[in-house]
Amino acid sequence: MQEQAIPDEILRSLYSYYGLDQPLHVQYMKYMKGLISFDFGPSFIHEGRTTNDIIKEGFPISFALGSLALIASITVGIFLGTIAALFKTKWQDTAAMIAAVIGMSVPSFILATILQYVFGMKMRLFPIARCESFAHMILPALALSAFPTAFIARLTRANIIEVLDKDYILTAYAKGLSTESTIFNHVMKNSLLPVVSYLGTLTASILTGSFVVEKIFGIPGLGGWFVSSIANRDYTIIMGLTVFYCLIVNITNFVADLLYFFMDPRIRSEYKDRAYV
Amino acid sequence: MYKEHFKKLLKHRSSFIGITILSILILGAIVCPMLTKATYYETHLALKNKAPCLEHLFGTDELGRSMFARIWWGARISLFIGITAALIDMVIGVFYGAFSGLMGGKIDDIMMRIVDVFQAIPNLLMVILLMVILGQGIFTIIIAMTITGWLNMARIVRAQILSLKNQDFVTAAYGIGASHLWILTKHLIPSCSGSIITTVTLTIPAAIFTEAFLSFLGLGVQAPIASWGTMASDGLSALSYFPWRLFFPAFFISITMLAFNLLGDGLRDIFDPRFRS
Repeated sequence: MQEQAIPDEILRSLYSYYGLDQPLHVQYMKYMKGLISFDFGPSFIHEGRTTNDIIKEGFPISFALGSLALIASITVGIFLGTIAALFKTKWQDTAAMIAAVIGMSVPSFILATILQYVFGMKMRLFPIARCESFAHMILPALALSAFPTAFIARLTRANIIEVLDKDYILTAYAKGLSTESTIFNHVMKNSLLPVVSYLGTLTASILTGSFVVEKIFGIPGLGGWFVSSIANRDYTIIMGLTVFYCLIVNITNFVADLLYFFMDPRIRSEYKDRAYV
Repeated sequence: MYKEHFKKLLKHRSSFIGITILSILILGAIVCPMLTKATYYETHLALKNKAPCLEHLFGTDELGRSMFARIWWGARISLFIGITAALIDMVIGVFYGAFSGLMGGKIDDIMMRIVDVFQAIPNLLMVILLMVILGQGIFTIIIAMTITGWLNMARIVRAQILSLKNQDFVTAAYGIGASHLWILTKHLIPSCSGSIITTVTLTIPAAIFTEAFLSFLGLGVQAPIASWGTMASDGLSALSYFPWRLFFPAFFISITMLAFNLLGDGLRDIFDPRFRS
């Protein structure tokens, strides 16, 4: 079929709808003004839809999936890391660390396809794709959480081993505290703090992981939209989602810093000293 | 001194496994493409989607190309991209970080704030955006990865230089009238070679992962050249009928990342006493 020439008037009205009839600097200023009021502009490909519509639609799904993965990786990662550190150089340690290094080495998109193939297609334990119930979220969340889990497990192990060598642990034992209460009140408290400072990094990794995992499992979240708008070269959506993603990662980083500040009295006093100097 | 470190590495269990796997992979990447008559681009439609057999060790793909040849050609490409990107990151990161740390004061402040600005955007997101702008190809992938990849190295080297530069041997060198450049290249950078080597070794698997991820999204190298990522992406659509088409590239991506991670762990154990177990 031959493409029809677009009548001049329609072309002009289309240009003015997307703001393309203006000079570049005017377009840029207009876009920046939109950004301040969280208006990311209309989609170039999907008629009548704006980037804001897409974020409103996709974000709740991605958010649910992402937080599930984040919670799973924090609990499992801390558990594995603690076990490994307390049984240092025994078989429990070796097993946990082998699992962790494998978790760090298998990319999320490969893990996602393997999980889908084994548990979805062959064993039929979980639904293969789409996102309608909690059961649909389990496989994608597993695929997303593998890397952060392994990362947290290694971090926790290193921290606990370091803290166990400290003098105040010796003091705690010398006071006659039981092993359990020493570990919970003294070791864990000090070794879990650094994990908080990695929350931003973990969020970023889950977020970028969602690009492929959502594509593989056919989940209508933001990650899937981002990938398809790259393929379509839908620039306003690419830009809008990038800004949105950066906002999320930076907010998480900020919250993590604040949490760290309030949870660790040493840092608080350091800041106080600095204020008087 | 290096001989001694190498002996220690071979004794370290995880790095020994890593070195063994890597030697096999590198040897395979050099030798295997020469051994088979099949090439990565030659198509035989009559032989399409053959399961692995003696003649086609890893089976064939949807155009009847030998997966064995494609995997080993892919090994060359993936390893080349990973190693080149990591080396470029190293050169930029070491000099940026060392200069920033040595100068200190305002220059250091400004240079590190620039790093902060880059790091506010998730790395993979930045690379994806750059690929959209730069277009596909082996060298554009390397460029896109190195634009943000050096940040980590710069931070690590700067931290090391900051702790080293006030030590006596540096003051002594200044005392005999050595220049900044001399002290940097002859004293400071060699002193942090341990953490530089470790960081490079851990950057390579990250770069291989990024390349595979991009190719999986359809932003990577273009046909007929095959990297493991493109092969995995092609294999995904045929997963339920011809699983070997996904299995082999997925296996090689994972095993390569695993080998580099194991080697990096070993290097860190040897060079960084804090992680020694």
